[in-house]
Amino acid sequence: MIPAAILRATRSQPAFLASIVLLVAVVLIGVFGSWLAPQDPFLLDPQSVNQGSSAAHWLGTDEFGRDLLSRLLIGVQPTLLVAIGATAIAGVFGTMVGIAGAYGRPLVQFLIMRSVDIMLSFPPILLALLAVGFWESGVLSLAVVIGVLYIPHFARVAHAATLQVSRMEFMEAEHAMGASAGRVVFTAILPNILSPLVVQATLTVAAAILLESGLSFLGLGIVPPEPSWGQMIGTARGYLGQNPMYVIWPSLLLALTVLAINVVGDRLRDILDPRLREE
Amino acid sequence: MLEVRNLSIAFRTRTGLKSAVRNIAFTIKPGEILGLVGESGSGKTITSLGVMGLLPPNAVVTGGEVLVDGVDILKLPPAELRKLRGSHIAMIFQDPMASLDPIFTCGDQIVEAILLHERIDRAAARRKARELLEKVRIPDPERAMRSYPHELSGGQCQRIMIAMAVACKPRIIIADEPTTALDVTVQKQVLELLRGLNEEVGAAILLITHDLGVIYEVADRVVVMYAGDKMEEAATADLFATPQSDYSKALIDSMPSLGHRAERLPVIERDASGKVRSVRPEPRVRPVAAGPVLADGDRPLLELRDLCKSYWVKPSPLSMPVEMRAVDRVSLSVAPRTTLGLVGESGCGKSTLSRAVMRLYKPDSGQILFKGRDIAGLSDREMRPFRREIAMVFQNPYGSLNPRQTVAQLVEAPMVIFADGDAGQRQARVRSLLEAVGLPAAAAQKYPHEFSGGQRQRIAIARALALKPSLVICDEAVSALDVSVQAQVLNLLKDLQAEFDLTYLFISHDLSVVEHVSDTVAVMQKGRIVEYGTAAAIFGNPKEAYTRMLLDAVPTVGSMRGGKEGA
Repeated sequence: MIPAAILRATRSQPAFLASIVLLVAVVLIGVFGSWLAPQDPFLLDPQSVNQGSSAAHWLGTDEFGRDLLSRLLIGVQPTLLVAIGATAIAGVFGTMVGIAGAYGRPLVQFLIMRSVDIMLSFPPILLALLAVGFWESGVLSLAVVIGVLYIPHFARVAHAATLQVSRMEFMEAEHAMGASAGRVVFTAILPNILSPLVVQATLTVAAAILLESGLSFLGLGIVPPEPSWGQMIGTARGYLGQNPMYVIWPSLLLALTVLAINVVGDRLRDILDPRLREE
Repeated sequence: MLEVRNLSIAFRTRTGLKSAVRNIAFTIKPGEILGLVGESGSGKTITSLGVMGLLPPNAVVTGGEVLVDGVDILKLPPAELRKLRGSHIAMIFQDPMASLDPIFTCGDQIVEAILLHERIDRAAARRKARELLEKVRIPDPERAMRSYPHELSGGQCQRIMIAMAVACKPRIIIADEPTTALDVTVQKQVLELLRGLNEEVGAAILLITHDLGVIYEVADRVVVMYAGDKMEEAATADLFATPQSDYSKALIDSMPSLGHRAERLPVIERDASGKVRSVRPEPRVRPVAAGPVLADGDRPLLELRDLCKSYWVKPSPLSMPVEMRAVDRVSLSVAPRTTLGLVGESGCGKSTLSRAVMRLYKPDSGQILFKGRDIAGLSDREMRPFRREIAMVFQNPYGSLNPRQTVAQLVEAPMVIFADGDAGQRQARVRSLLEAVGLPAAAAQKYPHEFSGGQRQRIAIARALALKPSLVICDEAVSALDVSVQAQVLNLLKDLQAEFDLTYLFISHDLSVVEHVSDTVAVMQKGRIVEYGTAAAIFGNPKEAYTRMLLDAVPTVGSMRGGKEGA
């Protein structure tokens, strides 16, 4: 039913289809980027620094004369791994924490939600700086750090949605039937709080990419010379005057990817809801 | 004066226009109350929105005129229409709490409504608001002026709404189910108030309701609608004495009215040619569980002894919590295969009582004896075997079914929880349960939102019966349903009682429904049982003043005990 509904949606909504095509392409580039790159992304060429598009370099070169297109292509992989890894970690743990904070015993609720508040009161970049300072920078630690940072956001959303669902009569019906806590969480709560969580996930993917770029800009993310989109955007800002396209290409790709994720997430939310699914 | 001529409204859908209302025509003279009655989906609300010029964007007027004092409002430009709406038309909605702004005091809201229409200063408007509140007979108008909507009861909020509606002396008042959310006793007062005030204001009132009793109490004339068509228009007395159309006859028949206890309620059916008629279905002939009658047939299945449950509420944020006894030393007993009807107004504690018996709450003190065993103090684990035996049907068929599960999953849920049988056996049981409650087998794969209210309540009943319980608690199980659908569900409950050997604890605020289904009746007021006895005794010869008051307040049609004198 759900795959069929997705197929129908791609037929009737070109924006949805385009977003899926774009995301599939981005994932494929993430996997095969190093083979697709037309030139060596690490080859320095002091003769052609900060150049615009040309036959030799389709998208131009960066401040060391490296081929921008090649660097953009291999930069997809770390960017995606961090964004998706962080969202997965934040989504799974944040949702668990949020549901426990709304559905657990009163003491558990209190402890969980106040810890979430404490975490939320620190600016994420500060915590990220602290954590990355202790750990070696790299894709895995970045994903974990950013993921942990976004746990409270998911927890808040899941908490509010669970509280709302808890007041519905069907929750009372589940308890009256003698349902176990696990059954209540997985059949009654989770499916009914999915919509805001899907939206939160699409927002988190975008936010994780941006935070990663911020951390890379500060030198705490992906270690140069390995490229990531965020790191490229950060560096390119210094060369806005010489080569404006240097900052535009990675920013454009980032914006398109985030937009596509939002469109897909929005449509998926409707498709997952039987009340909104068009039969 | 409001004149509607041949109004037709249709919805735009992907496949073209879908007609919702066809050729509706009626006239309301100043000072007159016209009742518009019909089931949900009959087009009565869409008609009223059309009259206000407030149709949703996907609805279009396909023909006809709405004349307010001779001006066709359907042809007015939006700005003029808005002006007309503000000064000539007022509306009273179903849920008074939701239609008042929660962050302003009631006084401010009335003053605001007055200032919008009259060029007087604030102090004069306040004086006028106070006078209005006195007119709608609110106790302590000064306090009501200062209060926020949540500090007043539903009936008081509806009085405020009425005060606001009549504040600017409108020509037309549209009241959409104005008393549906209120208790019977409050409903009676509000209806009398509306009628009395209108003699003074002289507005044309369009009263929309599904409750024929309300129509009978206040309306001068009635328009009956069914599936978008006007079935009949008649003076109220004529409609009830000699209904002309088949549908009106059927509708009047299917009301469970006080004092006419029948074994089966007639239901409305539509035959192949589209004609509507009233049918009094025979009890279904189905294999009645022919098990041996239990030896302990005289022992009550459920017995409550001195059950208490309190809430601690703080009257204001800084004061000490005060005990509020929701259930106060309640003792009751229900014999096997009988129905105990529990009646009372909202807030009397009947829902708390039902949830204490379900052990969704732990009672403070007292005993709940189920088949002779006290379950009041059991832990969740010890309670588990009893959850097979006690099932519940909730009030709101829209809220009690998880919207993300199919009907098969919903009905199967209790069997899954108790690991009853394998998947194949469970599916077979789901099929037989759906058949027992009169749903097609194809329903199993659908989701709850694809069903009407009555069908959803059937799904909820099928789920309640899945584990063959002995006690079923019906908490306002039919009060969210239309009259004719209500009759079907009540008939079904009676059939199932015989078929599955069920005992019902039937909770309702609707005395006529309770009289229809119950063997014994308990009347509850402020947490206590004030009167308790057989249905015949309570309804035939009520002893308590409170019971008599409840009975008198029920809007009844042509009953000897009816509230309206000399109609």
